[in-house]
Amino acid sequence: MMQRLKPFDHLILILGALFLCMPVVMAFASSTHTAIDIHSNGLYVTPGSNGAETYTKVLTQRGGFTGEVTGLTMLMNSMILGVGFAVGKIVLSMMAAYALVYFRFRFATPIFWVIFTTLLLPLEVRIMPSYQVMSELKLLNTYQGLIVPLLASATGTFFFRQFFKSVPDELLEAARIDGAGPVKFFIDILVPLSRTMMAAIFIIMFIYGWNQYLWPMLMTTDESFFTLMRGIKTILQVWVGSQIPDYNEAFALAVLAMVPPLVVVLVFQRMFIKGLTESDK
Amino acid sequence: MGQISFKSVGKTYAGGVTAVSDVTLDVAEGEFIVLVGPSGCGKSTLLRMVAGLEEITDGEIDIAGRVVNRLDPADRDIAMVFQNYALYPHMTVKENMAYGLKNRRTPKAEIEARVAEAARMLELQPYLDRKPRALSGGQRQRVAMGRAIVRQPAAFLFDEPLSNLDAKLRVSMRMEIRKLQRRIGTTSLYVTHDQLEAMTLADRLVVLNGGKVEQIGKPLEVYHRPASTFVASFIGSPAMNLLDARVEGGQVWLGGAAMGPAGRAEGPVTLGIRAEDLRPAPASQGVALKVEHVEELGSGRVVHGHVDGQALAVSMAPGLPIGDVLHVGAAPEALHLFDTTTGRRIETRTRAAELVL
Amino acid sequence: MARLRGFWEGSSRNPAKRVQFDRPLTPWLFVLPQLLIVAIFFYWPSVQAVTSSFYLEDPFGFGSTFVGMDNYTDAISSREYRRIAGFTAFFAVMVTALSLSIGLLLAVKADKVIRGASAYKTALIAVYAIAPPVSGLIGMMFFDMHMGPFTEMAAWFGYEMKVGINYNDTAFALILVAVWKQIPYNFIFFLSGLQSVPVSVREAALIDARSGWRRFKDIVLPLLAPTAFFLLIINITYSLFDTFAIIDVMVKDKPANNPMTLVYKVYLDGFKGNDIGGSSAQSVILMVVVAALTVAQFRFLERRVHYG
Repeated sequence: MMQRLKPFDHLILILGALFLCMPVVMAFASSTHTAIDIHSNGLYVTPGSNGAETYTKVLTQRGGFTGEVTGLTMLMNSMILGVGFAVGKIVLSMMAAYALVYFRFRFATPIFWVIFTTLLLPLEVRIMPSYQVMSELKLLNTYQGLIVPLLASATGTFFFRQFFKSVPDELLEAARIDGAGPVKFFIDILVPLSRTMMAAIFIIMFIYGWNQYLWPMLMTTDESFFTLMRGIKTILQVWVGSQIPDYNEAFALAVLAMVPPLVVVLVFQRMFIKGLTESDK
Repeated sequence: MGQISFKSVGKTYAGGVTAVSDVTLDVAEGEFIVLVGPSGCGKSTLLRMVAGLEEITDGEIDIAGRVVNRLDPADRDIAMVFQNYALYPHMTVKENMAYGLKNRRTPKAEIEARVAEAARMLELQPYLDRKPRALSGGQRQRVAMGRAIVRQPAAFLFDEPLSNLDAKLRVSMRMEIRKLQRRIGTTSLYVTHDQLEAMTLADRLVVLNGGKVEQIGKPLEVYHRPASTFVASFIGSPAMNLLDARVEGGQVWLGGAAMGPAGRAEGPVTLGIRAEDLRPAPASQGVALKVEHVEELGSGRVVHGHVDGQALAVSMAPGLPIGDVLHVGAAPEALHLFDTTTGRRIETRTRAAELVL
Repeated sequence: MARLRGFWEGSSRNPAKRVQFDRPLTPWLFVLPQLLIVAIFFYWPSVQAVTSSFYLEDPFGFGSTFVGMDNYTDAISSREYRRIAGFTAFFAVMVTALSLSIGLLLAVKADKVIRGASAYKTALIAVYAIAPPVSGLIGMMFFDMHMGPFTEMAAWFGYEMKVGINYNDTAFALILVAVWKQIPYNFIFFLSGLQSVPVSVREAALIDARSGWRRFKDIVLPLLAPTAFFLLIINITYSLFDTFAIIDVMVKDKPANNPMTLVYKVYLDGFKGNDIGGSSAQSVILMVVVAALTVAQFRFLERRVHYG
């Protein structure tokens, strides 16, 4: 397709890219300088020489009130939350979407609405009672408590429902003639067919789980369950009152917290966008 | 073993729409039946009812001696070839063909043997380990056929299997399907909207319109003795000329000319004449056609014009001179008369002659 | 509601597939895990929120008293609550409008260029991955009163920026960071929406309309409408809820006189102020607002959007 190239278009794109990326670059660059340098010179655009020291300290030094939690522990916990949430979401929502799309099912419409309603109200508006429910179920300070309540929303179900609807009807028909029952069709045909979708949803949900802030903050008082996001909160609590805050360590923690999802998005960029595009039908 | 019989089969949707009504048909073992009609005529629905993909609301379908109304598609002993092939995209050609057998717990060695045999017949051996997306349209079509063949079912069901192919490939695949079916001898039901495909493939045609059977018969029978104006206009290309005419004194009159004897009919009729049955005639015997346009086809030409204000097409040999007005006529047996209100055929001489015989 | 139903095609009169399995039990097996989780972790707390909004809980946990609508009237008649509601609305409108329009602009440009297209795309998408609290932390550093580059920039113009202390400065910083974080999301969706416009349609447009703006307005924009509609809801939800972490981090856990959103206030009253009844009443008000907003958006936009 022919279109004239305008330098103006590039200018806008470059400005946009700078606006979006500079803070990230500067956060990383600054994390490799000392706190004193940052305090006197401001933020850096180029890397310094203090990186190894800062990152070793952030990753391995025990901090917090009990002296139990290290950056590494928090990294682990964030990983568990991200992966656990993504896997749980995919399993639950694929199954539910399958029931809604592929079955002649008297309660399909009411169930659809029961699940759909969860889209209207995010966790944040019912955070207090959710906390109370969790404490009644004795799930505070557990991985289940961290992960399972986040699964109570329909986003994944809708992605898969849309995707399943776009799968040609004839595939089910051919499979039925080939003697596949509901479970066989699901496992033999639909799941392998959804691999790209699953990967895309995994990426999105992993990031969503990894990035959770409010829920882990409430659910975990035991520091051995702290995630990186919870760690950021801890840093802030000691921030006020110190002479020269540990800018470098704060930046290092920010970098640790953003690198895994960033890598996932950049490495799987194509699949990630493809998945979103296909689910948007 | 592979007979299929339809007994007053019908389909009415929950909303009250009737898609198919009162189809009665006996398909003999090894017969190739083509269901043909315009889109929305119910031919696909009928096929899908045989497959078990649509519920049968009236009547009974019987495959190989079993009433299948309540059976699951998998238990009906049929195999189906879909218009969009419906190959499993994540499986190789081999896996696609083997899947139905695997689900039926066929022994591994036998699966291998059947797949190999089908691949040989369809010349698919080089592609067995490829995924469908790495194949051309024609090859995918063959895989879909292979998937049906390996099952060795009582019947093959084809749902417009050639519609997604280009014209040239369609012609060659058409011949291949026919040859293959003859060789294997499996009863086949084939749905198409393409009358040429229907004519060339079928042992017998079932012409459907608005969910009802218009005519069942051998291709030439249907061609030469269409049971209604609908069939007359649907089968054959160019479509049969249908004209308003009158029968008076045992003669069919068109545009002031007597075209031929009309048997027992009387009053206004619809006269059907195929373009190729019309011949130039002396001015005293033929009807005058005002020539408007000539289509050159190379092997012949089609002359379009008006008779008595009605459009008429005439096929002619190349080279014959054509003026502004052409007098044409047809042999008495080439005249088809239809009732003007019901559109049904009115039997004339031919029927009488047959009765005498 | 009937029209909504048509939009989502959830009706059984219009089944998702021509052929479906007809088993009484199997679908329950598949849908049950999700239903259970939704029931326990969505409906139970939601019902609890409604119930406890009618009670006044003793701060020391010695039981509670039924107070009827008091918690609601208290909330609504409070001037502070109204001020926060006003800011929340302003914040949501600003964040949604800015991040949608910038995302669209960048997507249109990225869709046009050929040279360097993938580099631009990567650069513009990357920030999607960054968590709200992390972007809050980065934002906080950029607006730091000792060394933040934005504070220094403001100082050149003779303005002393006090994010975290000055109400308006903090509001500005919050909006900027919230927009920054959300642009990539909108960009991704707009770009994929643009790229799904068939080449033949674009070529037809090229022949029919000389001006690029007309082509965009008359052909591309209507085709983008479903995407924009979807994004509008997502962005409003984002600015109301997902920005919690940005706010919490940027005000350094010290809301004091800083601007905050309604969700933040729910958290503040519930967890810090131990006013469970009041916080629940606010939760319920939010639930109603959000639900109404979503339904209204469906109804309003449905008529104007071409669903392809």
